[in-house]
Amino acid sequence: MMTAALAESHPITPILEMRAISKTFPGVKALDDVNIALFPGEVTALIGENGAGKSTLVKILTGIYPSDEGEIHIDGRPVTFGNAQAAIDHGVTAIHQETVLFDELSVAENIFIGHAPKTSLGLVNWKGVNARALALLHSLESNIDPRTRLKDLSIAQRHLVAIARALSVDARIVIMDEPTAALSRKEVDDLFQIVKRLKAQGKAILFISHKFDEVYEIADNYAVFRDGKAVGSGALADISQNDIVRLMVGRSIEHAFPKVDIPLGETVLKVENYSHPTEFRDISFELRKGEILGIYGLVGAGRSEICQSLFGVTRPSGGRLELDGKEIQIRSPGDAIHAGIVYVPEERGRHGAVLQLPIYQNISLPSLGRTSRSGFLRAAEELALARTYAERFDLRAAALSVPVGTLSGGNQQKVVIGKWLATQPKILILDEPTKGIDIGSKAAVHAFISELAGEGLSIIMVSSELPEILGMSDRVLVMREGLSAGLFERAGMSAETLVRAATGNA
Amino acid sequence: MIKQLFKFREMLLVVIIAVLLGVFSSRSPGFASPSNLSNIFNDTSILIILALGQMTVILTKSIDLSVAANVAFTGMAVAMLNAAHPGLPLALIVLIALGIGAILGAINGLFVWKLGIPSIVVTLGTLTIYRGMAFVLSGGGWVNAHQMTEPFLQTPRQLFLGLPVLGWTAIVIVAIIYIVMSRTFLGRAIYASGGNPTAAVYAGIDVGRTRFFAFVLSGTLAGLCGYLWVSRYAVAYVDIAAGFELDSVAACVIGGISTLGGIGSVAGAVLGSLFLGVIKNALPVINISPFSQMAISGGVIIAAVIFNARQERRRGRIILRDRGASETIEGIA
Repeated sequence: MMTAALAESHPITPILEMRAISKTFPGVKALDDVNIALFPGEVTALIGENGAGKSTLVKILTGIYPSDEGEIHIDGRPVTFGNAQAAIDHGVTAIHQETVLFDELSVAENIFIGHAPKTSLGLVNWKGVNARALALLHSLESNIDPRTRLKDLSIAQRHLVAIARALSVDARIVIMDEPTAALSRKEVDDLFQIVKRLKAQGKAILFISHKFDEVYEIADNYAVFRDGKAVGSGALADISQNDIVRLMVGRSIEHAFPKVDIPLGETVLKVENYSHPTEFRDISFELRKGEILGIYGLVGAGRSEICQSLFGVTRPSGGRLELDGKEIQIRSPGDAIHAGIVYVPEERGRHGAVLQLPIYQNISLPSLGRTSRSGFLRAAEELALARTYAERFDLRAAALSVPVGTLSGGNQQKVVIGKWLATQPKILILDEPTKGIDIGSKAAVHAFISELAGEGLSIIMVSSELPEILGMSDRVLVMREGLSAGLFERAGMSAETLVRAATGNA
Repeated sequence: MIKQLFKFREMLLVVIIAVLLGVFSSRSPGFASPSNLSNIFNDTSILIILALGQMTVILTKSIDLSVAANVAFTGMAVAMLNAAHPGLPLALIVLIALGIGAILGAINGLFVWKLGIPSIVVTLGTLTIYRGMAFVLSGGGWVNAHQMTEPFLQTPRQLFLGLPVLGWTAIVIVAIIYIVMSRTFLGRAIYASGGNPTAAVYAGIDVGRTRFFAFVLSGTLAGLCGYLWVSRYAVAYVDIAAGFELDSVAACVIGGISTLGGIGSVAGAVLGSLFLGVIKNALPVINISPFSQMAISGGVIIAAVIFNARQERRRGRIILRDRGASETIEGIA
């Protein structure tokens, strides 16, 4: 076992070791004889495709699932985590992808909720809460006032509060599960400063991320999982990025951005001086047939808001829209769908499907106008429509009449995409199409987007990932604080110019 | 899997109702005789109709607490109309009842749709207002049987194939609501709006408007029940059907309609109503006082809620397990 070898060859003894961990779910081995070691003052990156077993490992490590086989050792002594509290008591804490915090409570209350210091009468010791919160935030070199209400903080500051909350329990082992997923580059830099401070304090950090540049920037060690097995681990300095990718997918991957050059057709959508009362102002652009228009900017720059407004979810305060040369008004998503504009939201799980309804009813939902006659639904038409798209996406389900909630995450996504394409749109708006997806699946998504553009669909793609924007877009609209910060042609754009435009650093 | 669960649940209710009938008829011979069963069904008809309206509202993640007040106001209005203008044909009176009910439902719906006020607050308010309106309309007086016309009183009692017209009315309404829920755009929009409002909006469904129409439907059915109620009990006064809104909610809950919206069926609402109807009719027969009846009904409701919650939780576990499994399946594939 490579990890065991690492533990032996490593100059310091690990704080935590997981030895020969196996976990079987009905019919499937989620983790198979996995070893991993975490060292004080070092960051270990856990890398693997979706479904490689990362989440299962985190859940075992935080006491949510018991493992079937294997042992967890802390400071060389075997421990068992019967529940989440036991893991916390042993100093293991996790910061999750989407941390749950309370908007209406203060920073200090958020940090200590559930384990606030008490007075001798058993009441909450507010002085102590605020003082300890202040000390914690100081140790993270932050000057947030612990009495601020959470809703008044920026996303990055909220993240810091989440980290402070994780550390408020005297953690020695910190698990960060895709902490940068929703952060802009600047916020990621701030986060990494915090990670470095945690390292300096001797904490062991398990860092889970899909982004290689970040892994190389912050991690000391790596552990690669594939199909529930630990397929490699060691010091990051000793391995190239290509080798990690090869370990991860077990095969060499083709170019990640298969953007095919498609001759652009006539202008489909013309947006002029589009404005919103609070989110964006004076945005103008044109979208041509077969074009992929990227919209890039920091989180909160107003990118998704424009798209939601184009789709009729929110009302603009001014500006005009022209579709195929004719001025149009979009007052509701129904209008947009009717006009041939569809929007695939960022949170496809939460906003995409009605889990209780059968697959075929989900796919036909935005197309019911076409599949019904004089107000009555026609199940046969709906099923035919659903079958077409289920086959196109190789949807794996027992029947089209089973509820979407019973499908795996990947198949649910197929239902959501199928549902939108079934409306036969002219313009497809994709909000962060590959957020939280592993590298192998990303390439498939990109190839698919290219294919759709090749079929003459016009695509607006909002993305926070520069390589994706650079690789996929014919043109890029960069936004900063609700305003247009420039429209770049494929020929004239580079990572540097886009980042400069987005951050305003001239 | 979820669908099977609910089919299972409906079967379970059928079995429980059958067992209850068996037990009661062993204590009181004749309880399960066809004529008594037809009686029980007839007696439960109004509850069935109200519960179906309540179901459409609950499916959209809302609640209509004003249905019983709607029954009282509409019932009073049509009874007074009948007393004042005995010449009006019954068909017109029924249409007026439907219309008044629809308007009262639309008022609820407009508050929920246009002002975005939670339905529980809106209908808690209109519950009092509608009953107050019944008081203002009648001045606190009663309309008694002798003031009502023969067709007004007798039509719902006419026997047809052994079942009174009142019972047949419920059967027709069940059929109509079944078609609305399973075969029309509105029905689909109601399930989608309650199941995942955001996804429904993104699919081009106007969730607010869908809720509005659910309230109109509920109000219309309550209006119909207003007429049926005063005709059946041959009297109209301010306090008729007091507290009956809770029975309609209870029937839905027992029938497996999720108070979180998006889950539930016409069969569930009907079976939930029948269950309550059987209990109500049986307890006096086996000499249990009306007060214990209320306690027993309450106990059953809580049991049904616990059962629902356990089912949901079990389903949650299944999903967790499936996710873990499918995660790995995808990894391997």
